[in-house]
Amino acid sequence: MRHSARIAVGPVQFRIGSDWREPVAALERLYAGYPGDDARPADATVRLFAARPWRRWLRPSVHIGGDFIVPDALPLPLSMGLLAAEMGMNLQVALGWRRHMLLHASAVARDGRALIMSGESGSGKSTLAALLGESDWRLMGDEFTLIDPAGGDALAFPRAVSLKNEAIAVVAARVDAARLGPLLAGTPKGDIRHLVPRADAIAAMHEPVRPALLLFPRFGGAVSVERMGEGEAFVRLTEASTNYVALGEAGFGALTRLVRGTPAFGISYPDSATGIALVEQLWAETPR
Amino acid sequence: MVDRAYRAAPTDALRIEPLGELTAIFDRRSMQTHLVVSPMPEILNAMGTDSCNAAELAGRLAAAFDLDATEDARPILAERLAELAAMGLVARA
Repeated sequence: MRHSARIAVGPVQFRIGSDWREPVAALERLYAGYPGDDARPADATVRLFAARPWRRWLRPSVHIGGDFIVPDALPLPLSMGLLAAEMGMNLQVALGWRRHMLLHASAVARDGRALIMSGESGSGKSTLAALLGESDWRLMGDEFTLIDPAGGDALAFPRAVSLKNEAIAVVAARVDAARLGPLLAGTPKGDIRHLVPRADAIAAMHEPVRPALLLFPRFGGAVSVERMGEGEAFVRLTEASTNYVALGEAGFGALTRLVRGTPAFGISYPDSATGIALVEQLWAETPR
Repeated sequence: MVDRAYRAAPTDALRIEPLGELTAIFDRRSMQTHLVVSPMPEILNAMGTDSCNAAELAGRLAAAFDLDATEDARPILAERLAELAAMGLVARA
């Protein structure tokens, strides 16, 4: 690969190689504040490559590759190279990581305890985590949360937050513009703009945290809070884990312990401010 | 209908974890997770290590849970045993 970068996000050391300079330069800008260790071997390799050599110049389109590939992934135009890099990083972790149970969930921490929010795309888990991460919470991650199968602790994966559509303006109004990446308009996921987590969240990204509260948010509709039983939380988290099956009994043990030891709620909320208020209320009521 | 006999999985093959109303069962042989509700965990527990059919199982469950009308329970238990066999959690003896 002509251009490459090494980035450490939580416990994962990425090596990103690209046929073009632009996506690597954009990543280096977003991840400038992350610890770098060029000597450490890469855990995951992402490759952004041109389908055919001449395509690098003529209508360039970015294919995503690496240790794992998805054969039918669409190539993206070079203007969306940063999105391709991010998708590649997510893909390599989702398919390849085995050291921890990987939950498709956002997480924030306070006082050494973690709030984990799991939901489909559009549930608002990413926006809630981003907004909480701008108050007195530590952002652990907007997309993946790692659970240590041995001890049950949650570990952060604080990649740059992927703000989508309406969430861009909500968050941009509260943060220094220097922490925002370029606007990627009209991607297959809508408009996207990345937010660099606060420096203290990046500095603390290796500190494990005890899970204390599990939320399953749903954006839209009237306010509701429903206590969720251990069994339902277990089922939902097996669906939210990208490597539950691969981990075998270690994953089974980690998940049963997580749902037994962590109160869980399904919440609905009509807007971000209401969602934040609900989260704070449930957190205040959570036994220590 | 023939009352078939089944044998439970070896004791170290299954990891059974009650989670409220559901019970999660990890089968170490297939690496599969099964989620079941009552009376499946009770049936597995009552089967012990020897083979048994629905009639014997009805007797054991009746004794354990202080039930009568085991005749009514027999066809239902035969169905549940067949379902557990389909999941691979018990096997035809």
